[in-house]
Amino acid sequence: MSLNQNSTVATNSIPERESVMYQLTSVTKNYAHKGKTVRALDVAELSIPAGQMVAIQGPTGGGKSTLLQMLGALDRPTSGSITFGGKDLATLRSAQLGTIRAEKIGFIFQNFNLIPTLNAAQNVETALAVNGVDKAGRKERALEALAAVGLADRADHLPSELSGGQQQRVAIARALVKNPQVLLADEPTGNLDEAMRDEVMELLERQWREKNLTLIMVTHDSAVARRAQRRLRIAHGKVTEAK
Amino acid sequence: MYFTYLRRELAGRRRQTIIVAVGMALAIALVIVVNSISSGIKDAQASVLSSVYGVGTDITVTQKAAAPTQGQAGAGPGGGGQFDFGQDAGTSSGGTTAISQSRLSTSRGSTAFADTTLSTIKNVNHVSGAAGTLELTNISFSGTLPDRSQRPSQSQSGGTSTPPASGAAGGGSSFSVDSFSVTGLDPAADALGPLSSVTLKSGRTLAASDDGTNVAVVDATYATSKSLAVDGSITIGGTAFKIVGIVSSTSTDASTATNVYIPLDTAQKLSNMTGKITNVYVKADSSANISTIKADLQKQLPDTTVATQEDLASSVSGSLSTTASLVSNLGLWLSIGLLVAAFALAVLFTISGVSRRTREFGTLKAIGWSNWRITRQVAGESLVQGLIGGACGVALGLLATLAINIASPTLAAGVSSGTSGPFQRSGAAASAGSPGAPGASGLAGGPPGGGFGGQAKEAVTNIVLHAPLSLWIILGAVALSVVGGLLAGAIGGWRAARLSPSEALRSVA
Ligand SMILES: Nc1ncnc2c1ncn2[C@@H]1O[C@H](COP(=O)(O)OP(=O)(O)O)[C@@H](O)[C@H]1O
Ligand SMILES: [Mg+2]
Repeated sequence: MSLNQNSTVATNSIPERESVMYQLTSVTKNYAHKGKTVRALDVAELSIPAGQMVAIQGPTGGGKSTLLQMLGALDRPTSGSITFGGKDLATLRSAQLGTIRAEKIGFIFQNFNLIPTLNAAQNVETALAVNGVDKAGRKERALEALAAVGLADRADHLPSELSGGQQQRVAIARALVKNPQVLLADEPTGNLDEAMRDEVMELLERQWREKNLTLIMVTHDSAVARRAQRRLRIAHGKVTEAK
Repeated sequence: MYFTYLRRELAGRRRQTIIVAVGMALAIALVIVVNSISSGIKDAQASVLSSVYGVGTDITVTQKAAAPTQGQAGAGPGGGGQFDFGQDAGTSSGGTTAISQSRLSTSRGSTAFADTTLSTIKNVNHVSGAAGTLELTNISFSGTLPDRSQRPSQSQSGGTSTPPASGAAGGGSSFSVDSFSVTGLDPAADALGPLSSVTLKSGRTLAASDDGTNVAVVDATYATSKSLAVDGSITIGGTAFKIVGIVSSTSTDASTATNVYIPLDTAQKLSNMTGKITNVYVKADSSANISTIKADLQKQLPDTTVATQEDLASSVSGSLSTTASLVSNLGLWLSIGLLVAAFALAVLFTISGVSRRTREFGTLKAIGWSNWRITRQVAGESLVQGLIGGACGVALGLLATLAINIASPTLAAGVSSGTSGPFQRSGAAASAGSPGAPGASGLAGGPPGGGFGGQAKEAVTNIVLHAPLSLWIILGAVALSVVGGLLAGAIGGWRAARLSPSEALRSVA
């Protein structure tokens, strides 16, 4: 738990565009597939400043999700270093990565990934359960987060009782309720129709702006990608700037 | 969060919860029923045995079958013996002679041996006490005969001859034969042996001061059938005995071992068997030493049959033993099988549940849930499913057991005198010793067609089967459901914990 709280809090609260959120050096990720090694990611150098909104594009199987996994501390790279908040994610133990995910990283998925048996508020609360927030505090903050995404009146609805756009908004509330530094989204609008897509994108952009988030988003949609400050392209595991 | 999630999961996946719980409930209920029936059967066997062999007896020693040449007066081994009606045996009036004679001899199937054996037994290591008894049958004959010259010399050989019907001896004669069992026992040693398992209904039991006197304690069932009471008298071997007490079996459904109990030395004198006994009841200092004692006794007394309570239990026959073996074989395996099936069901459902929820657990890990938190969640779900099953199973088991107790099925229990096996002799002794049991042939002796005491192959007792429920059975059943739930939960939780958080990103096929 020796995370450098001071520096990260500073970058989050003061819009200091120069400070670096992620620094990747010589990062590779290999998968064993049918006895062969597949290099899913091969990044020589990549720096992402705090507060940036980044869109990642590329062909299917190019390595977009793999990069997001590395950034989100879901998995360790095969080699190289990923510096995040003064720590090298490549060298941390699973439990330490879990703590970083719990405190600093918000995730949004293409399939929303809500717990089907929990209602909207309870789904949001799952993100706080690991952060030592007491029961009353959890409830209050979950309702606030739901209100922030415009779903105050749907708190007790099950995911199956919500539209796709509403489900993704619950997922956004769940990702943001813990006030993370980074919001990672893997094709957040991939499963949504056009109207809902705009609704969700507007919400993400507004949250990014209001909360000084670093927003890194994989998308197939060029209209969505154009809203980003920076566009990266990944093919065959290699990252290139696309602006 | 933990309980909310747990509750929501169980309610939201009701079908899985119900299937796992029902499987567990059936298994638990069966375990309870089988357990309570088998302890009921053990009680029943114990009460049948204790009514025959006495409480606290670990081992019985009897003499092995003697060759017929050693038998008495040409009768079958230990049979009824021979009636000799002497010149003065009856009173003559008007051409007929009234005859009444009573004879006391060893019960059919019993062989007497020297009572010095008793001291040998007492000296065997780990024997904490031993008591010798002399098991006898009193056969009395009474009737009228037409002519003195036709004096019968009737030889009763029990099992082989046809029982005499009244009037069988020809015109004008009528007689009846009555038999009852008599046990001579050492009044000082009444903590062991057949009289130790009885409850005193009236009067007193035998005391050390009764040695050599003509006093008797009578079984309540027999006393009722013969209208005998305390301070009344009963003729044994032609001698009048004063009845000092009436005893009944501690188990309401079985009668005591013998119809009449008298002091050992009186019995020996009357039956002309001074210094002889037929049975020795042995108590071990600890149940752990029973087999050692048995081996020692067999070595030191090669001519005897040494039987432990376990051997005795195997001599209990009838529907009780059928039920016993049904429960101990089928019931045991069925409940083990069902338990294993229920556990497997719980484990498989938990594993398949975890597989179906791969993305859910991956997502929780991706938002920071630790392995332990996820394991705990899965284990908690399985545990609660197991507990719900356990609770339903206990309720079901209680209902089933209650139903059995309300129905209280009656089982017949016989102490068999099988033709083979180590227990043959004492089995036969026992059968002759409890003819007062309802349903036994030869009881309430005398009436035409009735057999003799020695003829009974088996003493049959009807015993009501109770299925006692102990707290331990219930706690054990609940513990089993906890074990099943934890087993499923541990396996499922372990699998869930192993999942990678990147499963959250994997797109569904
Ligand atoms: N767990 C895995 N095991 C084996 N191969 C994988 C695994 N995850 C990804 N890959 C492979 O790595 C490459 C990149 O995958 P991914 O990052 O999911 O691509 P994208 O998200 O851009 O479609 C693909 O060739 C894919 O098959
Ligand atoms: Mg992908």
